[in-house]
Amino acid sequence: MTYSFTRRAVLGGASLAIATLGSAPLFAATRIQRLVSPGGIEAWFVQDATVPLIAMEYAFAGGATQDPTDKPGVGHMVASLLDEGAGDLDFETFHERLDRRAIKLSFTSRHDQFRGSLRMLKDNKDEAFDLLRMALTSPHFDAPDVERIRAAVLANLRRDSTNPSTLANRKFLEVAFDDHPYARQAGGTVESVPKIDVADLKDYVRRVIAKDTLKIAVVGDVDPETLARLLDKTFGSLPAKAELTQVADVIAVKAPQCVFIPLDVPQTVVTFGGAGVRRSEPDFMAAYVVNQILGGGGLSSRLFREVREKRGLAYSVHETLLWMDHSAVFVGNTGTRADRASETVEEVEKQVRRMAEEGPTEQELDNAKSYLKGSQMLALDTSSNLARALLQYQLDKLPIDYIEKHSALVDAVTLEDARKAAQRLWGQGLLTVMVGRSPLAATRSTTTPSPTTPPPAAAQPGDAPSAATPATPN
Amino acid sequence: MTTKVLGAATVAMALTTPTALAVEYKVEYKKDNSSNPSLWDVPEKRNVLTQITVTSERPASFTLANGLQVVVIPDHRTPIVTQMIWYKVGSADDAPGKSGLAHFFEHLMFKGTAKHPPGEFSRTVLRVGGKQNAITSMDYTSYFQRVPREQLARMMELEADRMTGLILKDENVLSERDVVLEEFNKSVANNPDRRFTEQIRAALYLNHPYGRPNLGWRQELEKLDREDALAFYKRFYAPNNAILIIAGDVDPKEIRPMVEKNFGDIPAQPAIPAKRVRPQEPTPAAPRTVTLSDPRVEQPTWRRSYLVPSSSTAAAGESPALDVLAQVMGGGTNSYLYRVLVIDKQLAISTGASYHGTSLDPSQFMISATPKPGVHFVEIEDAIDKVIADLAQNPARAEDLERVKTQLIAQAIYAQDDQVMLAVLYGRGLTTGLSVDDIRSWPDSIRAVTAEQVRKAAQGWLDKKRSVTGYLIKESAPKCEEKRS
Repeated sequence: MTYSFTRRAVLGGASLAIATLGSAPLFAATRIQRLVSPGGIEAWFVQDATVPLIAMEYAFAGGATQDPTDKPGVGHMVASLLDEGAGDLDFETFHERLDRRAIKLSFTSRHDQFRGSLRMLKDNKDEAFDLLRMALTSPHFDAPDVERIRAAVLANLRRDSTNPSTLANRKFLEVAFDDHPYARQAGGTVESVPKIDVADLKDYVRRVIAKDTLKIAVVGDVDPETLARLLDKTFGSLPAKAELTQVADVIAVKAPQCVFIPLDVPQTVVTFGGAGVRRSEPDFMAAYVVNQILGGGGLSSRLFREVREKRGLAYSVHETLLWMDHSAVFVGNTGTRADRASETVEEVEKQVRRMAEEGPTEQELDNAKSYLKGSQMLALDTSSNLARALLQYQLDKLPIDYIEKHSALVDAVTLEDARKAAQRLWGQGLLTVMVGRSPLAATRSTTTPSPTTPPPAAAQPGDAPSAATPATPN
Repeated sequence: MTTKVLGAATVAMALTTPTALAVEYKVEYKKDNSSNPSLWDVPEKRNVLTQITVTSERPASFTLANGLQVVVIPDHRTPIVTQMIWYKVGSADDAPGKSGLAHFFEHLMFKGTAKHPPGEFSRTVLRVGGKQNAITSMDYTSYFQRVPREQLARMMELEADRMTGLILKDENVLSERDVVLEEFNKSVANNPDRRFTEQIRAALYLNHPYGRPNLGWRQELEKLDREDALAFYKRFYAPNNAILIIAGDVDPKEIRPMVEKNFGDIPAQPAIPAKRVRPQEPTPAAPRTVTLSDPRVEQPTWRRSYLVPSSSTAAAGESPALDVLAQVMGGGTNSYLYRVLVIDKQLAISTGASYHGTSLDPSQFMISATPKPGVHFVEIEDAIDKVIADLAQNPARAEDLERVKTQLIAQAIYAQDDQVMLAVLYGRGLTTGLSVDDIRSWPDSIRAVTAEQVRKAAQGWLDKKRSVTGYLIKESAPKCEEKRS
């Protein structure tokens, strides 16, 4: 794997967990300031001159939920086009200006936010922020540029159209969220992208890119006064208020269900999941901890041990809690050869059921808490990672001193809390999407309860999950 | 390269944090997306990986009596340390008939020792909030842990223990082989683009083992067993075939006694030669073409690979010139390829070029393009050949050269922000024949590249006889007339 993966392996999975840094006040993560510019732009900020860089991460509320219902992918097209000509610069000049000073500017449309990222060497900050200002306030959307990017978006969608993992994940969201905006493809579809016109793009920018929902985090070698001036210059002239379409809260998934998508691939790909726990709920931390135990990273989650280590069924098996503004899910992925696909799904279901019924052991809970307390520091090591974490805390509506509170919140999760959370998360069975050539799975009808997914009644505690001796953790 | 754990779930794959909704969407359209960079079967897709810090201090480096080389890269911003051990053995060192063994063995290094039973190492890392993984490339195998700094001694003890103390049982080995076969299914069999890459590589290297896939050929992989693994272990895993890199919040002075204590008593393996010698390529004589058709290909891809020198095999100045050439030709919207193929002639949707300098033996220079619907490969190919001819005949414009060099050098500064990246850069470089000074002086060598050197690199190395041109097409379209003679 390339380094991009290494990075993920090393640093991934840790946006929530926070280090116990109270005892180490010298580290950057403990010097977070709330900076408010003269123009009223607020940012969470860490001044750090170790490396001559500045990293900024920011988000506007809305994201892909603000795409028109019949045109998913508008936000994504906007994200791909803001740096294709803006202000008095055509796209070539705009890129020339970025490249000449190695300024890294990018935008992303996520389901709940339109996000941006800006990195620069500190000496190039005026140019970098000025280019960002142009991109946000006066993007061109010239027809040739729109067509050029549209072609690239479509090429990518065509590639994805036979990628089993992409198909499984899309179908999972579609079934889990039905007619809610979360069911739509943030990147658009081969049907929707050709329909998007310049007016859609301009309308999206007008409605979404505004000051009232903006959250900003900055880490790097810049003083607060200079930063405040740059923030005012960059964001100050944006409209005061966004005009967002209301998005309803939604409870994901009516599990158990199994959906099968036929595709002629040697490895059957499986996405499974169900309703999760939202960030604001009291059960959240317990749910976060039990997800780490069942399917978290590292090399010793229950699913990893049972599916991969003991049975050699899969290379990758992983499950995690994902929370959004209006819902939450847990979701996992694995892949296995076609003739063992049913066995693999059954094993996943068995482990999920067992966790729902018995909860984790004291030792597992203890290990997971220890991991979650320790891992946070690892997520805060680069300027960009720290900035991303500080943005996420704001989006999650956490206090600015959350870093110091995190360990206590993790520690407060009791075995009883963990059991309750496990029961809540996994007591309903799974929504499972399989993509592959499994003949057995092929006999299952779409979106109906499957033989290997017991109906809800069978998944209640009391039905012995299996005769297998429970693995003794550690 | 391949890794022990592809833990990142595919739904969560796109996430930079686990908090965002599944399947967020971010694609970089200004460069060619025909291949997922993480699936390229070669060490460096991105030039950033060949960069190194410009202004930071020289890392401390020393060698134990048993031959273990140690490099220490201080970074005191966070109380974290990264330990990476790099073995100078990779897929290209697999014996004929045993392809995939280096990578398979990497998985088996997690199976426990007499002192530390299976799972203990992983649990120890997790208990402290750490991360660990491993990487196998053509030239090296690397294992790393990232932990709070006070855990370093414990990590070092565990890593030293498994250098020679591994215990392999048939049941472990065989079930792990199933895991690796699933890794093969996931990364290769399910992925036409990756298979395409493998076929091009196999056609490019007529004699050198770089022609074999990193994960191995399936029919060989499925026969590997415990005896193969143990023989491989005895032959290659020894202190005189390893480099230990410690990056993070440490004092270099404390590291030496810790390393002596943990690794000092492990004997060197005298049979390991000081320099790896592999079968080399003959002088290339004929351009080759590869057409891979697969029913799952919904978007055709054009690609070409040239056999070119690596940093280790190139004459002075040649490798940085190739770095600059790749960037001038294929880096971003201001590159020659993008301007000509995407903007002016509107033949392609995206274009790219890359050079993989960090390699023990001769490497590849790759060019790729995604044709617009209805455009034939022959049109793409003619246009690309004209761009190459232009670069071989005329010096690059000064402003292009300056922009590209600035970007490449800036990456070295960005790399300073990331201790793991620094550790990887040193590990890659040192296991592929470079010295600490070579790695440190990379930005200066980029700065020194002249327009004439770039022209010469294009002229000298981008010779069709040295190349394989590949066409990835949908199977249902027989005779994709695009195939070019």
